[in-house]
Amino acid sequence: MSEKNILLEMKDITKEFPGVKALSGVSFKVKKKEIHALVGENGAGKSTLMKILSGVYPYGAYSGDIIFDGALCRFSDIKQSERAGIAIIHQELALSPYLSIAENIFLGHERAKAGMIDWDKTRADALVYMQKLGLNENPDTPVNKLGVGKQQIVEIAKALAKDVKLLILDEPTAALNERDSQNLLKLLTELKNNHGISCVLITHKLNEVSAVADTVTVLRDGRTIETIEVNKAGISEEKIIKSMVGREITDMFPKRSHKPGDTVFEVKNWTVFHPENPQRKILDDINFSVRAGEVVGFAGLMGSGRTELATSLFGKYYGRNISGKTFMEGKEVNLDTIPKAIKHGLAYVTEDRKEYGLVLMQNIKNNTSMANLKAVADYGVINESGETKTAKEFKEKMNIKAPSIYQTAENLSGGNQQKVVLSKWIFAAPKVLILDEPTRGIDVGAKYEIYTIINELARGGMACVLISSEMPEVIGMSDRIYVMSEGRISAELDAKTATQEKIISHMI
Amino acid sequence: MTQSLAYIKKHLTQYGMIIALISLMIFFSFLTSGVLMTPINLTNLILQNSYILILAVGMLLCTLTGNVDLSVGSAVALIGGVAAVLMVDLGLNPLFAVIISLLAGCVIGAWQGFWIAFIKVPAFIVTLAGMLIFRGFALVLLKGTSKGPFPQIFQSIASGFIGDPFGGITLFGKPLHALSLLIGVLLCAALLAAEILSRKKQIKYNFDVMPFGIWILKNIFLILSVMFFIVVFALYKGIPNILILLGALVGIYHFITVKTVPGRHVYAVGGNAKTAKLSGIKTEWVMFWVYTNMGLLAALAGIVFAARLNVATPKAGNMFELDAIAACYIGGSSVTGGVGTVVGAIIGGLFMGVLNNGMSIMGVGIDWQQAIKGFVLLGAVAFDLYSKSKSRSK
Repeated sequence: MSEKNILLEMKDITKEFPGVKALSGVSFKVKKKEIHALVGENGAGKSTLMKILSGVYPYGAYSGDIIFDGALCRFSDIKQSERAGIAIIHQELALSPYLSIAENIFLGHERAKAGMIDWDKTRADALVYMQKLGLNENPDTPVNKLGVGKQQIVEIAKALAKDVKLLILDEPTAALNERDSQNLLKLLTELKNNHGISCVLITHKLNEVSAVADTVTVLRDGRTIETIEVNKAGISEEKIIKSMVGREITDMFPKRSHKPGDTVFEVKNWTVFHPENPQRKILDDINFSVRAGEVVGFAGLMGSGRTELATSLFGKYYGRNISGKTFMEGKEVNLDTIPKAIKHGLAYVTEDRKEYGLVLMQNIKNNTSMANLKAVADYGVINESGETKTAKEFKEKMNIKAPSIYQTAENLSGGNQQKVVLSKWIFAAPKVLILDEPTRGIDVGAKYEIYTIINELARGGMACVLISSEMPEVIGMSDRIYVMSEGRISAELDAKTATQEKIISHMI
Repeated sequence: MTQSLAYIKKHLTQYGMIIALISLMIFFSFLTSGVLMTPINLTNLILQNSYILILAVGMLLCTLTGNVDLSVGSAVALIGGVAAVLMVDLGLNPLFAVIISLLAGCVIGAWQGFWIAFIKVPAFIVTLAGMLIFRGFALVLLKGTSKGPFPQIFQSIASGFIGDPFGGITLFGKPLHALSLLIGVLLCAALLAAEILSRKKQIKYNFDVMPFGIWILKNIFLILSVMFFIVVFALYKGIPNILILLGALVGIYHFITVKTVPGRHVYAVGGNAKTAKLSGIKTEWVMFWVYTNMGLLAALAGIVFAARLNVATPKAGNMFELDAIAACYIGGSSVTGGVGTVVGAIIGGLFMGVLNNGMSIMGVGIDWQQAIKGFVLLGAVAFDLYSKSKSRSK
């Protein structure tokens, strides 16, 4: 590697937070015209490193040097790093939802003359960037009318408009379906080949790494573990996982020993209409059942209606004009409200734990007891010692890594947050547990723990419904798989004989 | 010692408001050459601010849900009017009149709660409308004039003092109200017992307990300050009736918010309403009861205010809502909801009260008082946000 080829070099970066060393002596090099994957478990220091690079943590808050495009950089805020040509695209998109695509692309550096916006130029210039990225939309469309995949492309266009040399993407495909993910990854490769833009890709999905990355850097516990050239070494995913977690994970999915029993939950002719547009059918005549001790997978593209199915069943939280019947242990049950659904033994772990699963400002204890507070209260007065004991038991059992049960949920890592949500629902003692994307944005080690918990629950006789966009997860964890497509169940497959190809053929 | 220092550092923000209140009292004691701390002035301070403190307790629950109630000042006027009509015009027994007035407050609150919780009209709009509606009703009911006076027993709610069956005692040559002293001693014993019990429990469950030295200091300080105020009251006419009422309210609402299922539900709804709903909490009913309760407490404040003035006027309670809201935010409530305590709101209310009282004694005009109160509110909330953002970036 000659020095000329290097776009970015971060040397010996150390960053300390009170009491923790987040990064110690990390070195990180990105070449010109390359896609560089940055992988590591949650808490390994990826985000911290990127925050230093983009100036969120200003010069002086860390030690070490950043050399970008041949110059020593000391960014004091994001503006400066953007001016140098570094753009970061966060998981939570930074678009203004009611503004148009064109307005969003030039947000902050509007095409204007003497303070008046030149709309023709705005549109024309926006179209240039949109064409570059293959976004076939009217530039006047408000971005909230676009899907997440296209919104992400608008974000990238925004970065391009700022003359970006290095694009940092933080888990860009976490919220995308298979097709949009493929498009995005293809786009990154094109940007590299045709426009010479380098890209740092932070991701948990190792198949993406082997698909598009030229180089991989693995971080663990705030240190650089290794940097691997993908094309030369012919790296295997196992090798990356091993250096990420520091131990060998022989199997992605834990062994299963549960045996399905009798049917616990059954749904018949479930039809649901859109809450704002009552003409639009979201779910059409869904029939399915789950047995005790069984894990039933739900595969499908984003928008196929899996989450809507779960949330309409769970106390009719979603949808209107809902029709159909639900049976719990053979008896018809009324699940009209969430308290009723919980009473009848239904629990729903949401796909978005921060927005819908936790009260982030409250501690582990309060979050754990939230769905079943009555169980630790006498005549409406909370029995503090009972609640504390319960929370402690769950913290122990679920291996929630936190100094105490008084830690607030917002200070936990994604995996530990998910364990708190699981604790909450297990404490509510449901018969049927619906898990919606339970391992989204969770690192490999914690994923394995969540899988183990699910298997353990199934072994204890709980009926589990697993909604997941990760196909290996659906196949690896389920006994039976329903495939959904456009609001209908398009196939029911035995997990033993299911393959990714087979599932995909029913998804579209 | 280092352990104690570390503890103080960590929990400084928690006691920040109390420290600020005490500092303010000391500050004004100097500026008013001690007038602020005289028995008669402190007694008046409680009497003058009692209705704001009652409103602040109810308002706290509203701020916990991330909302406010702008209508409480108008509700005070309307309920005062209702009480006046019942007692002065209809000659009803004061006890029945008070009960009916409180029920009327519940109806007012339930009316607002209905629109907020079930029709999902933003609380700001509903209570803004309520502010106009109830003020209008008060004008209609009282035909635009004042109504009074009230029976003696009704007046004593706001301006009376507890009797002294012991007939008073004399200590160090000064006459003292004996029952007040006895109540003070019992209160201190109860507080101390509660502290010891809770510390024992904390140790048993391995909590982050206060270092022993600080705990002792804290309790000495607590008892000294309670006894200080009790002695001050005893030196004048004894404990005011309204203070007993306030003490009971604070105790009850502190218990509800900290120890009960409904209290926990209010915090959960304020912290994240979507999560709360998906956890099976009946979020609509939580909102409904919070506003119904606010109506009840607004009615109580209305009764106390009418009793204090000994007349009901349609202009009563003007701007009370803003004082109550300010008390909550100065006392540490979060503007976005989910954070705040009853005790904090009371301290915030007292802070405003001492500020008013101190400035009045010093002869600061009402014009400057307004402006200074505005600055204090802005400063308190800004400081709260600043210290939070600082602790988050760590």
